[in-house]
Amino acid sequence: MWFEQVLFFVAGIGALAGALGVVMLRNPFYSVLALVVHLIALAVLFLLLHAEFLAAGQIVVYAGAVMVLYLFVVAYIGGSDEPLAAEGGPLGVFGPLFAAAVGVELCIAFVASGLKALGTRGAEIGTGFGAPEQIGELLLTKWLVAFETASFLLLVAAVGAVVLARRRRGLEEEGAAPGPRREAPTETLEVRV
Amino acid sequence: MDVVWFLVLSAFIFVIGAGGVLTRRNPLVVLLCLELMLNAGNLALIAFARMHGDGSGQIFALIVMVIAACEVVIGLGIIVAMYRNRLPIDIDEMSELRG
Amino acid sequence: MSATSFGWLVLVFPVVGLLITSLGWRALPGRSAGWIASAAILGSFLSAIGALVDMQDHPAEERHLVDSAWTYAATADLEVDLAILIDPLSVFMCLVVAGVSFLIHVYSVAYMGGDRGYARYFAYLNLFVFSMLLLVLAANFVLLIVGWAFVGAASYLLISFWYRRGTATAAGIKAFVMNVIGDVGLVIAAFLLLSETGQLDYLGVFEEAPEAFGRNDGTLVAACLLILVGAFAKSAQLPLHTWLPDAMEGPTPVSALIHAATMVTAGVYLIARCFPLFELAPTAADISAVVGTATLLMAASIALVVTDLKRVIAYSTMSQIGYMVLGVSVAAYGAGLFHLMTHAFFKALLFMGAGSVIGAMAGAQDMDRMGGFRKAMPFTFVTFTIGALALAGFPLMSGFFSKDEVLAFTIDRGGGYLVLGIVGYLAAALTAFYAFRMVFRVFFGEPVPEARELERGHVAHGEPMNPATGEPEDTDVGFPGPEHHVAERSGPMKAAMAPLALLAIVGGIVAVPGLTDTLEHFLEPTFEESRFHDTAPTEGAELIGLVIGAIISIASIGVAFLMYMRRRGITLELRDRFTAVHSFLSHKWYFDELYDAGFVRPMATAGSFGRRVVETDFVQGFIVGGSTGIVRAGTSFARAIQTGFLRAYALLLVLGLAGLVLYFLIASS
Repeated sequence: MWFEQVLFFVAGIGALAGALGVVMLRNPFYSVLALVVHLIALAVLFLLLHAEFLAAGQIVVYAGAVMVLYLFVVAYIGGSDEPLAAEGGPLGVFGPLFAAAVGVELCIAFVASGLKALGTRGAEIGTGFGAPEQIGELLLTKWLVAFETASFLLLVAAVGAVVLARRRRGLEEEGAAPGPRREAPTETLEVRV
Repeated sequence: MDVVWFLVLSAFIFVIGAGGVLTRRNPLVVLLCLELMLNAGNLALIAFARMHGDGSGQIFALIVMVIAACEVVIGLGIIVAMYRNRLPIDIDEMSELRG
Repeated sequence: MSATSFGWLVLVFPVVGLLITSLGWRALPGRSAGWIASAAILGSFLSAIGALVDMQDHPAEERHLVDSAWTYAATADLEVDLAILIDPLSVFMCLVVAGVSFLIHVYSVAYMGGDRGYARYFAYLNLFVFSMLLLVLAANFVLLIVGWAFVGAASYLLISFWYRRGTATAAGIKAFVMNVIGDVGLVIAAFLLLSETGQLDYLGVFEEAPEAFGRNDGTLVAACLLILVGAFAKSAQLPLHTWLPDAMEGPTPVSALIHAATMVTAGVYLIARCFPLFELAPTAADISAVVGTATLLMAASIALVVTDLKRVIAYSTMSQIGYMVLGVSVAAYGAGLFHLMTHAFFKALLFMGAGSVIGAMAGAQDMDRMGGFRKAMPFTFVTFTIGALALAGFPLMSGFFSKDEVLAFTIDRGGGYLVLGIVGYLAAALTAFYAFRMVFRVFFGEPVPEARELERGHVAHGEPMNPATGEPEDTDVGFPGPEHHVAERSGPMKAAMAPLALLAIVGGIVAVPGLTDTLEHFLEPTFEESRFHDTAPTEGAELIGLVIGAIISIASIGVAFLMYMRRRGITLELRDRFTAVHSFLSHKWYFDELYDAGFVRPMATAGSFGRRVVETDFVQGFIVGGSTGIVRAGTSFARAIQTGFLRAYALLLVLGLAGLVLYFLIASS
């Protein structure tokens, strides 16, 4: 259906644009915002794939909570403008190069794959596919262990965050402002790959 | 749309995220690129779930989101700790692992 | 007791003597080590006589008695025993070796008195005699080679007996190296014979030889030539002769034993023993005859000009061995061995006399410093002259009969051998001349100070020094002792020299042509298989030979008399006129220089090349240094990966991922 195709391309372009923005924008604040755009585009794509619950979760949790957390931290830290490419020459060249190589290989893998099902729109599905009922049922029956482990992981992360954020007595000088020292970084890196 | 289009898109997003990890020096941006890669994986998972007609792929993508959230929390906590200890916020400078 | 038991006794006695003198050297007082060793050799000699008597009891065809002590190796095809062979040839050799060795032991008891290494000397002497007897009594090539090698080792020990003298140890090494070259030849010859005939014991090989080899078969000629290499190395023939004059660094009795009577005759014995092989390979026999004659002439020519008394006698030995080699090569086995026996007598006698003179000279050996000892040392003078007469082939002396018998046989063979015979007569003339050169120079003329002292009654004393180089020495262990012994004052020395003088005079009686045939007859059981068994010169030819020999000898003695007694100084004039010839001869035909340039220098260069390039540069630098360098480079490379640089790790991750996906892509296509 032409509507789906148009929507796909619009969302796809939005996702790619957001991704490129994250990588290429110099100000980290703008990078976060680009990621938010990317996430929303991705949510649209999820909808196209009949994953309604996940699309909603993406918007609410990911774009809503995680990114807001990010924004807080970026605001706190400040994030200086830095040159895009690293001063170490080789990595700036080889990094994107090898990543592009991986991309090419993956595309070849997908396009030239022998899986016939890839060329179709997918299996026959009922109306309940991707609905919260199905998600809930799977979570509590088939994937119970994963569900419980993920919740445990969340607990651990919360504890860890509290520990990391603790102020330790005696380690900070009175009245000194946090942040990196203003002198230029010393020549401590002699060995670079 | 055919499933393969979604997969190719996810590959592109993954690659862009990988390039960003290799290229940027600000750890915040590196974490953001990591998020990109995770999202690309999510997209691929959901596309395959659609292909097989199996909801397990979506469950997996949900778990990935959980993990991404945990990882962001810890990573940002580390960066904040770095900032508070007056270390430069630059992953190239963080080449000596000290306690 | 049977002949073979006597044979084992012959071997056991010197071993017992060796053990007693070597293990108990601290406990043996005074000269007892010498008497014990001499008694051991006397025991050997008596056992050899016992073996002789018992062997002669057997009928002539059965006079090849083999006895085995122990089977060394027993396989399906081959059995190697430690076995001895009692037959006329081995008994003959045993008698000569044991008898002359006994007399030399007695001589040494007095001569080596006062030397700090007295017991060691007699232990070595017994070891040597044991080895020589083992060589002679061996019944197969294996035991022969064992005895051969032991003889070489014992001769090294004895030549470098005064081991703190640099010249002596160098001479010992030179002798040993050349002997080893001979050993190698002998061993390879034994292998060749084993591979073709499948046997190693003499009787077996000689029986198989006519079937296994045709006439002048290539392998047989090669084996015989290799046997000759061994024989020439041991007997100091061309080209392996350069060790013999240097071996005069050993004590004089050692020279008497080794280089007159025993070791140098081992080569002659070997050729005689292997006569069936040589008769099947006439090429090798001819080469042997030519080499013997060439050595004969060369050594005689050098003996004309050397001034060291012992070295004149050494070259004379080389020359006379040439006669023996010539004799056994032209199938005159009896004649060759006869000359071996008479030569043992008069050469040992000459060395003993020389030892006495050197004692009177307080260790000096240069003839230029000697003269006029006739009045001071009458006994030595008489015995030395007897020896010289025998050497020169003076009519009716033992040497006269033996030498002329060899030459008569040679000429009788005819053809090319005629030339060899003529050369032999020429060398006989030279021999007589240089023999009396020695006599006239040492005993006649103006008495030198040492002679005058001796006439007055005491032996001269000088500072101990190396007679060849003049370096000062002391008289402690490793150098000659402080005493100098002269025959006139020493009972044992006279007791040893007198029998030899007697034998030198009457020894010819066993083979006077036309009259007695004892030796030939005695040796017949060994040599009757020879093709030339019945070919002998006619009596007339032999008598003519004897007359020619007598004329040559008397004439040469006369020439020597004229040159040294009547017209003194003419030799110096000749030397100044013919400087090139004189220098050629006195440099021993430049053989030492030739070998030095041809073998010693290249080996030294190769050795230093090996040390510099191969060892230092290649092995240590390249291989050892290279491998450690590679490891070091590898580790420093590996160290560079761990930088703590986060983005580098990430790059490696991506790289790994790319590689993995590529692999799967390729694997699935």
